[in-house]
Amino acid sequence: MSDFLQGLLTALPRLLQEGLQATLISFVGGAVVMVVVAVLLGLAEHQGPAWLRGIARFVVEFFRGTSLVVQLFFLFYVIPTLTGVDLGSTWTAILALGLNYGAYGAEVVRGSLNAVPRGQWETATALSMPWFTQMRRVIWPQAWALMLPGFNNLMVMLVKGTAVVSLVLMADLTFEADQLRRRVGTWPAFIAALLIYYVIALLVSLVMRWMERRAQRRLGLGDFEIRKARQEADQVMAGAAAGDAEPVAAGKEGET
Amino acid sequence: MPTDQTTPPTADGGTPRIRFEDVRKKFGRTTVLQDLNFSVDRGERVTLIGPSGSGKTTILRLLMTLESLTGGYIWVDGDPLTHDRRNGKRVELRNKEVAKVRKRIGMVFQQFNLFPNMTVVQNIVEAPVHVLGQSQEEANENALSLLDRVGLRHRADAHPTELSGGQQQRVAIARALAMDPEILLLDEVTSALDPELVGDVLRVLEDVAASTDITMLIVTHEMQFAKDVSQRVMMFDGGKILEEAPPEQLFSDPQHERTQKFLEAVV
Repeated sequence: MSDFLQGLLTALPRLLQEGLQATLISFVGGAVVMVVVAVLLGLAEHQGPAWLRGIARFVVEFFRGTSLVVQLFFLFYVIPTLTGVDLGSTWTAILALGLNYGAYGAEVVRGSLNAVPRGQWETATALSMPWFTQMRRVIWPQAWALMLPGFNNLMVMLVKGTAVVSLVLMADLTFEADQLRRRVGTWPAFIAALLIYYVIALLVSLVMRWMERRAQRRLGLGDFEIRKARQEADQVMAGAAAGDAEPVAAGKEGET
Repeated sequence: MPTDQTTPPTADGGTPRIRFEDVRKKFGRTTVLQDLNFSVDRGERVTLIGPSGSGKTTILRLLMTLESLTGGYIWVDGDPLTHDRRNGKRVELRNKEVAKVRKRIGMVFQQFNLFPNMTVVQNIVEAPVHVLGQSQEEANENALSLLDRVGLRHRADAHPTELSGGQQQRVAIARALAMDPEILLLDEVTSALDPELVGDVLRVLEDVAASTDITMLIVTHEMQFAKDVSQRVMMFDGGKILEEAPPEQLFSDPQHERTQKFLEAVV
């Protein structure tokens, strides 16, 4: 037991020094790319003309439907031979993570835009707001609050997902833990890595929850609506894309 | 004022404020409006009645450009709203052109649709600032006086969810008025309200009707309100005007059996 503790105490500081940085770079970079990709694809899917929706749909399905590891290898090994541009480990990792998780995020964005009631769009039109003003001032702030629970899930998954970057030779937590096995033993090395991943994920989740509450309180949403938004977010994660109804702008339910 | 008159007024102000010319509207294969023709004068208040599905709400939604015309034209002060006739051809206008004329029209919805991400006063200030380019102070001052008018100045900083339905609808009315519309469309504005809240909303609208010369198109089931406010009532059925007359006349002496039955059902 004391061997184990000894090993853990050796492994933890070592990992914090060596692997943590690469993991955090992958995570933060991946998260930024993810949000940008998610917003662009989600907006295109929801608001774009038919051709753009088609393209966005294809991109989303492509990145969701193929393996992240293969995407990583493709960017790392194939792109340089095709284009002569070598992205290097770090950028390859950030890009692959961002694109893959961003494709899932696009569904979150699309579902949230869909969940903003039609009446909000119509009222904004009735007040003569141009599209961009409608989006920026009325629709987005409401959709944003609905998006955050979904992004929370994705961010936590991204933290854990960064472990694959060791495959393109980034010396991240997983890579370093693997290296440490020989010195401190398998158990302490990986338990230490797990602990660090867990703490990062916990912190990320805490920050996201705080943002969620803030955004939702601003909409005057109560606990019930917040719980509902979370449940919907979980459904999106489960692959059941929230609300496959047609885009609000093109709706046709005007009765009478 | 958002009134850019793009067409010189014809003759001696003889242009009707609103004119529907051969308007057709289909949803899929269902025809909702068939070759509809009517005009509304400046300052006139017209109530549209009829069974649900008769096309009255669609008329308001077409005017607000929330639905697209299948055929025909809508003219506002003689200006084309969404489609123009050029060299005898029907041409769809671009968004920018539509926006110019649309600014003269405001609408209040059945479901109020206050923006939940803003306080009451922000709801009202939003469009004047971001669409009309008013200064924040000017818009604020205007919003507060409008809130005074609808009896809700003390709730200016409240959140929409803290208000009752009737209060929300009064804010929605103030919000529409803040754009200084020449035409106000009221789409069943009391239908979603608890009965005891209807009176306040109608009183506000009666006050607006009495103190301004805004042209109003009203879809409502409140016949007393229609009688009090409007100069003309149009009875719709199956996408056509069945009959029209001043309210006293239409309510007391309807010409069509269909109208009679409808009135018996709603009153």
